[in-house]
Amino acid sequence: MIPRPKPEKFRLRRTMMFMNAQKPGLLKDAYIYGSDSIILDLEDAVAENQKDAARFSLYHAMQTIDYGNTEVIVRINGLDTPHWREDIRCVVASGADGIRIAKCESADDVHQVEAATLAAEREFGLEEGRTLLMAALESPQGILNAYEIVTASDRLFGCAISGGDFRKSMHVRIEKGGIEMLTARGMMLLAARAAGVQCFDTMFPNIDDMEAFREEVVQNRQMGFDGKSIVSPRQIRLVHEIFAPTAKEIAYAEKLVRSFNEQADSGIGVYTVDGKMVDIPFFEDARRTLELAKACGVYDGDL
Amino acid sequence: MLNAVGREIPAELLVDGKEVYQGKFYMDGKYVKKDSPRSRRAVTPVADKLCATIREAAEKCGAHDGMTFSFHTEFRDGDYVSGMVAKVLIEEMGLKDITVAATSLGTAQGIIAQYIEQGRIVGAQTSGVRGPIGEVISAGKLATPAIIRSHGGRPRAIEAGEVHIDIAFLACASSDPFGNARGVGGKNNFGSMGFGMQDAQYADHTVVVTDTLVEAPNVPASIRAIDVDCVVVVDDIGDATRISTKEARMTDNPRELMMAENVARVIAATPYFADGFTFQTGVGGPSLAVNRFLEDHMVERGITMRFALGGTSSAICRLQDRGLVGHILDTQDFDQGAIDHISTHPDHHEIDLSEYANPANKGAYVNQLDFVVLAALEVDLHFNVNVITGSDGILRGAPGGHPDTAAGSKCCIIVTPLTRGRMATVCDSVVTVTTPGDCVDVLVTDYGIAVNPLRQDLIDCLDRAGIPHVTIEWLRDKAYGLVGTPDPLEWEDQVVAVVEARDGTILDVVRKIKPFVLS
Repeated sequence: MIPRPKPEKFRLRRTMMFMNAQKPGLLKDAYIYGSDSIILDLEDAVAENQKDAARFSLYHAMQTIDYGNTEVIVRINGLDTPHWREDIRCVVASGADGIRIAKCESADDVHQVEAATLAAEREFGLEEGRTLLMAALESPQGILNAYEIVTASDRLFGCAISGGDFRKSMHVRIEKGGIEMLTARGMMLLAARAAGVQCFDTMFPNIDDMEAFREEVVQNRQMGFDGKSIVSPRQIRLVHEIFAPTAKEIAYAEKLVRSFNEQADSGIGVYTVDGKMVDIPFFEDARRTLELAKACGVYDGDL
Repeated sequence: MLNAVGREIPAELLVDGKEVYQGKFYMDGKYVKKDSPRSRRAVTPVADKLCATIREAAEKCGAHDGMTFSFHTEFRDGDYVSGMVAKVLIEEMGLKDITVAATSLGTAQGIIAQYIEQGRIVGAQTSGVRGPIGEVISAGKLATPAIIRSHGGRPRAIEAGEVHIDIAFLACASSDPFGNARGVGGKNNFGSMGFGMQDAQYADHTVVVTDTLVEAPNVPASIRAIDVDCVVVVDDIGDATRISTKEARMTDNPRELMMAENVARVIAATPYFADGFTFQTGVGGPSLAVNRFLEDHMVERGITMRFALGGTSSAICRLQDRGLVGHILDTQDFDQGAIDHISTHPDHHEIDLSEYANPANKGAYVNQLDFVVLAALEVDLHFNVNVITGSDGILRGAPGGHPDTAAGSKCCIIVTPLTRGRMATVCDSVVTVTTPGDCVDVLVTDYGIAVNPLRQDLIDCLDRAGIPHVTIEWLRDKAYGLVGTPDPLEWEDQVVAVVEARDGTILDVVRKIKPFVLS
């Protein structure tokens, strides 16, 4: 058994890489590519008659492989299947960090998963509340209920939209510019920010089209996402680059923080930096930029 | 006697001035007396030098028992000529006690394995051994140990007369009736003739074998008629579609791409990555993919490469076409794109193996290399590299230009996955040393990067660039942790192959492996 530290509810999750929990060749060293999280899939990637095999594979991977600082989340089967309860027992017993609830549509879905998770933690003698949750919103109903979902449990660190199912239910396809999901992405982001949890965008399926992928990731960042589901190690670096603050942003943030530190003593609340009016929220934003820069490994200053 | 890489070299090999390896620049400044061929004059003007068959040419060139014949392997797995020639010499003419001096011995030369088994071929000197030939040599079927030399070591040995070629049989894509011959201009083109050019100058006799006869003069000629005794026309000299083997493929494997990307980052972090830098890479998956990532760094810095050296693929040709590479100095071509490119681009040049890598001339191109990116079968804690024996101790690899470019370059980067199947690539001690650790600077694996402690300057470069790195001991532990610690191989006393360092000293020996018995 490889001991894992208690999962951190809020941590850097720029990239969450999906992989089939049944494929030992993928599981054995999935951490080497440097994604922040990996999502071991028991759901769509695994054939109906292989669910059991996939759980064994997942459990033994967690027993023998040291994933280090890479977060390990497991996507369980939907609550409308006969698999999800056993999936949760397996995830909790394996010591994985969290559960991704597929096709989550209501606060009640979260409550059911939470109850089963707690029962499993008790059954296997793990610290209660250790196992984190995240919700995958895959339907219009899920999006409309986003706020009640993300506020349904203390374990819940965030939500993600799952584009494949969502687009089907909306009768739309992937469009350049992302207009087909703009509303849903926006509503989910609002709910997540209102609840103070993280928010992740769907995966981009066309691995070879790096230019379209870049456009989507840039838009994700502009919209305020914390990270993105990915399906190939080749997508990691680009997401990390785009989500990292730029040198210019870091320099400005540093300037703001330094100026605020100086101004704080003199009791001035609003003033100008580089000709722009700034106040307290700017200061908080600058702090966040520097924190993110540190987490992304692109800041070596002294603030 | 123990050599500088800690290998015990049997005293019986240290005769006739042979020495053990004593460091990469040990021979610097020493004088060498060059060998010369015994060459037959062709004074009377003739209509052509054509012979109807390889046998007729071999007889004209005085083929005899106990002789040494050579061939080049620019066709790699698609070579027909070496097999045809061996068959004529051994089966048709019934010659015995033959030595082959090849640039490589692989699956295309499989028939030679039979002749070794039968005791007709008694000696082999080569820069690579793969497939069945490796197995019979490892089984100790040669009368004398095989001699494995690097691409630079081969021309050195030829010039020094350590291998004297009686007849060189050189496959050429096109030739005129007098023997002006090229690697292009025919129906089975292979591009650079770099592997074969020197043989024509040092062999007593040279036979050009081609499938495309053209009008004289066939210029610019790689093999010149003044060095050629006979020309033989055959149906096909090789299968050009098979010279681009799977080793030359451009990978889409994420693991290999990640390693390639990290190699490019390491390169970009050193002071040698400046306008006018020089570069060589191999054709293993991750090595070849480095070209792709290097381009981004070059464009970002606004710098260009002065020359790319060695084996050439389409990837580097494309960089030249985009104006990012000044010259390509080409010893062999790995794919059809490169073959077409060498005959069309004015700054894509053919060079021979001596110009490329010979440590006994007055300065080969490898001495000007800034970077070389190479693969490995094994790397040990002293950064010694093995590219010739498998984990089972059987010969199955090729040093090629590995030891030469590693020794000549300012920054030698090895890129390899940490494990292959259940075999640890990073290990306590390599089975066979083919490239000494003092020539190897950086190791890039899928689990981490290690820098040779001899290169504190490069460690500082990586630190400044924020590129994480670990010790090679950490990588070894990780590898053994994943796949287990292997039991040591068990050997018999018989030496089946001598691995020469590029300067002619003895770097290591390969012994006959004891058959493995399950207890």
